[in-house]
Amino acid sequence: MIKPVLLWSDALILLLLWSVVGLVWLARNNEALRGPWRQVMRNPVGAGTALILAVYVGIGLLDSLHYVERLPDQPGREAQYSGEVRSALDWVLTPLRENVEKTYSAPFAIQLYAKETMKGPEGGEIRDFPRLKHGGAHLADADKDFWPDVLLRGGLGMLGGLVLWLVVFPLWQRGSEGDLVAPVVSAKNKSPLTPLLERGGLASAFAWTLLAILLLAGLLVALAPYYHVLGTDKVGQDVLYLSLKSIRTGLLIGSLTTLVMLPFALSLGIAAGYFGGRIDDVIQYLYTTLNSIPGVLLIAAAVLVVQVQIEAHAELFNTAAARSDVRLLALCGILGVTGWTGLARLLRAEALKLRELEFVQAARAFGVGHGRILLRHLLPNVMHLVLITVVLDFSGLVLAEAVLSYVGVGVDPGMISFGNMINGARLELAREPVVWWQLAAAFLFMFVLVLAANLFADQVREALDPKSSGRK
Amino acid sequence: MKAPMKGLLVENLSVEIASGGRLLKPVEGVSFAIGADECVALLGESGCGKSMTALALMRLLPEGARVASGSARLDGEELFALPEAAMGEIRGGRLAMIFQEPQTSLNPVMTVAEQIAEALAAHRKLNGAAAQAEAGRLLEAVGLERDRLGAYPFQLSGGQRQRALIAMMLAGEPEVLIADEPTTALDVTVQAQILNLLRDLQRQRGMGLLLITHDLDVAKDMADRVAVMYAGQIVEWASRDSLYAAPRHPYTEKLFAVLPRLERRGERLDSLPGRVPPPDAVIVGCRFAERCPAVFARCHEEAPGFHEAAPGHFARCHLADPVGRMPQGRSAVDLPPDGRRIAFRASALPTGAVLEVRDLAVHFPIRRGLFRRTVDQFKAVDGVSLSIQAGETLALVGESGCGKSTLARAVLRLLEPTRGEVRVAGEAIAGLSGEALRKKRAEMQIVFQDPFSSLNPRMHVGEILEEGMAALLPLSASQRRARIAQLLDQVGLAHDAIGRYPHEFSGGQRQRIAIARALAVQPKLLILDEPTSALDVSVQAQILNLLADLQAEHGLAYLFITHNLPVVGYLAQRVAVMRAGRIVEEGAAEALLTAPKHEYTRLLLDSAPGRGR
Amino acid sequence: MLNYLIRRVLYAIPILLGVNLLTFALFFMVNTPDDMARIHLGAKHVTADAISRWKSEHGYDKPLFFNDAATGVAKAADTLFVEKSLKLFALDFGAADDGRDIAREIKTRMWPSLAIALPTFLIGLLAYISFALLLVFFRGTRLDTAGVVLCVALMSISGLFYVIGGQYLMGKLWHWFPISGYQPGLDAWKFLLMPVLVSVVASIGDSSRFYRALFYEEIAKDYVRTARAKGLSELRVLFRHVLGNAMIPILTGVVVVLPRLFMGSLIIESFFGIPGLGSYTIDAIQAQDFAIVRSMVFLGSLLYIFGLVLTDISYTLVDPRVRLE
Repeated sequence: MIKPVLLWSDALILLLLWSVVGLVWLARNNEALRGPWRQVMRNPVGAGTALILAVYVGIGLLDSLHYVERLPDQPGREAQYSGEVRSALDWVLTPLRENVEKTYSAPFAIQLYAKETMKGPEGGEIRDFPRLKHGGAHLADADKDFWPDVLLRGGLGMLGGLVLWLVVFPLWQRGSEGDLVAPVVSAKNKSPLTPLLERGGLASAFAWTLLAILLLAGLLVALAPYYHVLGTDKVGQDVLYLSLKSIRTGLLIGSLTTLVMLPFALSLGIAAGYFGGRIDDVIQYLYTTLNSIPGVLLIAAAVLVVQVQIEAHAELFNTAAARSDVRLLALCGILGVTGWTGLARLLRAEALKLRELEFVQAARAFGVGHGRILLRHLLPNVMHLVLITVVLDFSGLVLAEAVLSYVGVGVDPGMISFGNMINGARLELAREPVVWWQLAAAFLFMFVLVLAANLFADQVREALDPKSSGRK
Repeated sequence: MKAPMKGLLVENLSVEIASGGRLLKPVEGVSFAIGADECVALLGESGCGKSMTALALMRLLPEGARVASGSARLDGEELFALPEAAMGEIRGGRLAMIFQEPQTSLNPVMTVAEQIAEALAAHRKLNGAAAQAEAGRLLEAVGLERDRLGAYPFQLSGGQRQRALIAMMLAGEPEVLIADEPTTALDVTVQAQILNLLRDLQRQRGMGLLLITHDLDVAKDMADRVAVMYAGQIVEWASRDSLYAAPRHPYTEKLFAVLPRLERRGERLDSLPGRVPPPDAVIVGCRFAERCPAVFARCHEEAPGFHEAAPGHFARCHLADPVGRMPQGRSAVDLPPDGRRIAFRASALPTGAVLEVRDLAVHFPIRRGLFRRTVDQFKAVDGVSLSIQAGETLALVGESGCGKSTLARAVLRLLEPTRGEVRVAGEAIAGLSGEALRKKRAEMQIVFQDPFSSLNPRMHVGEILEEGMAALLPLSASQRRARIAQLLDQVGLAHDAIGRYPHEFSGGQRQRIAIARALAVQPKLLILDEPTSALDVSVQAQILNLLADLQAEHGLAYLFITHNLPVVGYLAQRVAVMRAGRIVEEGAAEALLTAPKHEYTRLLLDSAPGRGR
Repeated sequence: MLNYLIRRVLYAIPILLGVNLLTFALFFMVNTPDDMARIHLGAKHVTADAISRWKSEHGYDKPLFFNDAATGVAKAADTLFVEKSLKLFALDFGAADDGRDIAREIKTRMWPSLAIALPTFLIGLLAYISFALLLVFFRGTRLDTAGVVLCVALMSISGLFYVIGGQYLMGKLWHWFPISGYQPGLDAWKFLLMPVLVSVVASIGDSSRFYRALFYEEIAKDYVRTARAKGLSELRVLFRHVLGNAMIPILTGVVVVLPRLFMGSLIIESFFGIPGLGSYTIDAIQAQDFAIVRSMVFLGSLLYIFGLVLTDISYTLVDPRVRLE
């Protein structure tokens, strides 16, 4: 028996998701709004990176469906629930989550990283690397069976991925015929893959990305339950599990911060540019003041204060998950409140230009009120700037999380995040042999996410910004 | 092979642009020649490929565009075959070019002297004091004082900048100078000076001058020979005299027919329906066939050759083919298709002053010093009085910066005037607010110059037209819808325009939408702020016809703000000439334009191109 | 010019006051002196007595804005706001919560900070602009495309990776430099070179791409076409015209950070064990020493405003259109 739990961040994610769906619904018949997005999706880079981002977002969403498990009933008492909040992703990754070793082990290792004193075969005490409890535990003779086993399982997994691709891709292609992909050859006498082989560009980029993702997924599904594919960390947790769990944290920081920042940037930036005069003076004063404080310091100060408050009111947060959730939200809030100045300045300059444009003058000649002018004439004409900024900021925020967590003013130290993974593993570089896998995994997962986001942002900018044509 | 000709010989030039998988051909098979000391005008409307031709000759085509075929020989030397380094010596040396926008064409952070010296160093190996002396000499040659050498572009006026640019391009002592719309961004009096300068320089130096222009009058004043371009091709090529005496291509004839002039007052202007085919269109037959009044079957089947219609006068038209058949003679083109005359003043409509402006002034404070105290006033509008009757057009003429647009905004109460009074339909608007102001706003509306910035790109036409009605008129939603349909009819747009966005329309269509937007609230007074100066002449004619029709039908009063004197002569009953915030002369259009009293009016009239040399 | 400077200084006052109010609110109103005492004393030793003793020892035993107990001017003057915030205006930073004098710490620690930040800044600027110009010179070619791809890849890598990777390779594997630490005097370069190198490389992707975009924007302008039409060589067009004009937007981003170089870099200094102001600040954050954090916030704002003034002045040097009035 389980009971769903809605953390505050989950609620905000739902809100975000809901508004994105709403916006898409509104824009579905508007060619002027759809056009740029279609252009992004038609571009091989745009389509490929969108797919990668979608996989990340999917993992993040799965990790946002939280629940608590019901403890075994005790007669005469109300149902008790576990204090440990889990997510759907935890459930999917149960084998990874539960296969905890004693301490470090390298990727695909079958022995622990550290030597231990144990009973030798002859009964005497020896110091050696003990076999892992879970990683490769199914192998009878580790030395002989390791490679055949890994190759067999890996091969089967990749085969599975390939088969899935062969099924999924033609389906997808048929579904989107005529829209994303130009009309496919009359499919009767040709294999469904013919168009892929015949055409370069979009179809192939999308298909290859999908293939790569499915092969990788197949590989992991086949191997991860039996080996620690990316090793284990200091307390023996599977690094692959940690990496997958970190995704949600990164995505949250990247998106919720925007959610906090947007109202400030939009209202203050546009108002400053449109009204000018005293209002402009006050808003400019506000953002010059905020800007003048060194960013990390302001964030650090605010996070410290929040932390003190959380500790002072510990009774409000009954689970560790709730506590780190609030700290995460506070961090997003702080990053948002301190981060609106850049976009606001951009919007102010644009509003300053727009308010002199003739269509705004014409509206004023009709006596249209300021509110309506702001809503109908200014806001829609700055939305491209907002979108570009939001997409561009995303990757910066994901990277910032790691740095802030290192400084100690990021997410809760108990929360799984890229920053905490790096922070925890940093000092182990001095050990011999080097414990590199935890760092490598965090950096790799982050790199793929940020690279995809950056490339995607470029495509969005190219499509939305009339000035950017020819730039890359 | 004939001996290399002096000057520039262009043969069969084609330019291609690869854009998003499509292949555009903005220039296709252009040939012409510029003799050693003659001026050739390349004449055409926007988008015909004339600037692209010039950039191709300079080998300065934008990225993505390339010369697909053809040759350009300067004194027999093939430009397109030269390596880039050798072309660098020719560019700005033997072949130079000046551009349209003096505001942006000069480097803002270098002095005039530095920018001229660069060219002198590159082409004449002059440096140091010698370069300074030569730069000074060049400045004097273009009519600037030597002491302007140390000036930065921002310290110069538009005309001075254009002169400085010419000086830079003369530094290499060019054999041929290309001038791409050199005066389009300038006021009419400055335009006259720059054109005079170019003509004098061309004659003194024995240069060839390729003058790119859209203005028939400028070409008439300047050119020895004229090439008329349409849709990437030269459609007519003749000496100036022959062309202006008798154009042989229907397109050129149309260009003449659509020009508004004082002599055409009361006539309906001829119009040129349709649009220029896009540069990626695949056209069988004549490119002008769709719009040609003299079109016949062969035009759609076969691309016309470049025929010599009269000695030295070529036209790309089957009608000019001496051996071809002439199905209907030439009469079809000569007559305006629509012989209606325009009734200017609708007699049945009530008269009375719709707009009265008394001693209106708009001053902007100039602030300086530690506490930004106001130390002076910039008097944008300084005591202007005028009045307009119902059904009347008053033209407000003046050069840029004279305060005419500020005046318009003050009349509409988009700006608060410093002093003076504006009365609309007899009622002062200064103290109005709320419902009363709303009522007045419905009585006066404005149409702006730039049809691209005057329509919100994120609203569809229905919303644009509805906005004013929703704000000012007590109409139900269904009444508004009915009125939108009616407005679209009035301005000659199809009903399916309602759900479309501004970017789907051409400049002329956008201006129709802007007019419909203003008409939506049933104004008595329409302020037209340079409504046709961003449009091609053929489109201008359509808009002027529309304005005349609307005035006749509704008895609208127009305040027509413009710098274009021929349009004034054609359209306005009365004219007010404005300069530096004041009205210097006012009177009936015909009298004022033929016998001006104020010297400034006279200067404006004398500066207007098209009066011959 | 003088008028301008006076106005700028006058404008700085409300901004600094705002910064002060903000930090004051954060530190003393949200987070009362009692809370601070609890943190510093640790959970075991919290008694009402201990708290008030800690507060009076560290000067936090006054009211926030208004002192009822005092008379006359002291009613407003003998308060925490005046003691802890307004005194900063006189650059009186007071003592840290551990009792050491902050001003003295700043004076000794700013030199190591500067020794890293200044070379990083100069070498970085030179490297980024040169790389961007190189890409722009080869624009439209494969070299340009490859360069941009490289930039995007480099900027997608976490900054921590550069630090850790640099330390591992140059310090541990190749033994070029000590992994961390610092030594004053001439030997300092051994400790400085790696942090400088790492910081420069860490932002090469981001910055070069930014400058490249900037140059591209300039290149599309009309005056560049004019320069080409004069027959100037591509190199001259690039260096004299494009770079000359691009200096204006480049300065906007660059000059404003110049004064702040004194404050060093939080991350780099603490990773490489440089005893500069950056690591001072980070230690303070981790030790929750609010007096230091407050001082650094104020110092940062002050230097930022100074940077703004410098930016304006530098405009007059590269842009003849700008006159400070």
